[in-house]
Amino acid sequence: MPGQVITITSGKGGVGKTTMTANIGVALARRGQRVACLDADIGLRNLDVVMGLENRIVYDLVDVVEGHAKLRQALIKDKRLPELQLLPAAQTRMKTAVSEAQMVALANDLRKEFDYILIDCPAGIESGFKNAVAPADKIIVIVTPEVSSVRDADRVIGLVEAYEKPAPRLIINRLRPEMVRRGDMLDTSDVLEILAIDLLGIVPEDERIITSTNKGQPIALEDHAGAGAAFTRIARRMLGEDVPFQVMSEPGLADRLARFFRRD
Amino acid sequence: MDVLGRIFNRSRSATTAKKRLQLVLTQDRTNISSETLTLLKDEIINAISKHIEIDTTNVEVTISSNEAGNHLTANIPVIGSRRIHARNKIKP
Repeated sequence: MPGQVITITSGKGGVGKTTMTANIGVALARRGQRVACLDADIGLRNLDVVMGLENRIVYDLVDVVEGHAKLRQALIKDKRLPELQLLPAAQTRMKTAVSEAQMVALANDLRKEFDYILIDCPAGIESGFKNAVAPADKIIVIVTPEVSSVRDADRVIGLVEAYEKPAPRLIINRLRPEMVRRGDMLDTSDVLEILAIDLLGIVPEDERIITSTNKGQPIALEDHAGAGAAFTRIARRMLGEDVPFQVMSEPGLADRLARFFRRD
Repeated sequence: MDVLGRIFNRSRSATTAKKRLQLVLTQDRTNISSETLTLLKDEIINAISKHIEIDTTNVEVTISSNEAGNHLTANIPVIGSRRIHARNKIKP
């Protein structure tokens, strides 16, 4: 069966796309899926560093697209997980170095060898975004429970629908249950009510993300609580398992979520 | 102190954030800027004033959303000496 191409986007920068791509990739690979993580942020590559593979880059996505290297030469195998590979972005080129058609062709090649192709989309809604979305079978939108992130996510959801892609699924990242309890942070049901797309996962704020990025060891590599466990739950849902959402803080949140989903 | 905090929990900044987002997203989605709304409001005032006397200083024009879609609402106070009472309110 050909692989699925999933683009991870957000509009707003800095909300966790790269971290999410790396960790969901790891979580899926740990479950035996063949995963290719593709960094589509040409000129500002980061997926390599978050995955701890920055010293192994020989060729990149632009080299492959321009014919200087074969896909197999550019793909970096993660020594910790044989099922996981990375196609890094070019660092010294611009987003215009690649076209949507080239991205679609590249994705089609990757589909033959991988079960999941996760595309780390750059921030923004210009050509980098369009290139990353063009080959997608499915789209995941990452949002944090803050005004600007939700606003940008809404715009991106509208654009994805305009490109006639299937309705994206949402991951709410960096939730802080204590702030939600105090009424100082939007809660999950607020965000869902506003954006009105299906929820794929909720990831709590977790210091361990910073230390894991410092070391280049995505936390999904081991079984941790907090964000690490959330990534695992997300991977399981993507594989079709019915995993209940962790009710983070408020009494009544479970009821509000249930009411929200009962619409169908 | 914390009891009070919990009772008034939902009138904290998260509630403000939600309201502001709903307003700004309605404008974003319908592509109507606040400038356009102001222009619309002036034209509505002019059009209605030709036919009835209204309190032009208290006219409100807003855009909102619900499940049925987006709505432009104009709230226009009419100047008159008597309030209009609904008939048929007193049951026989």
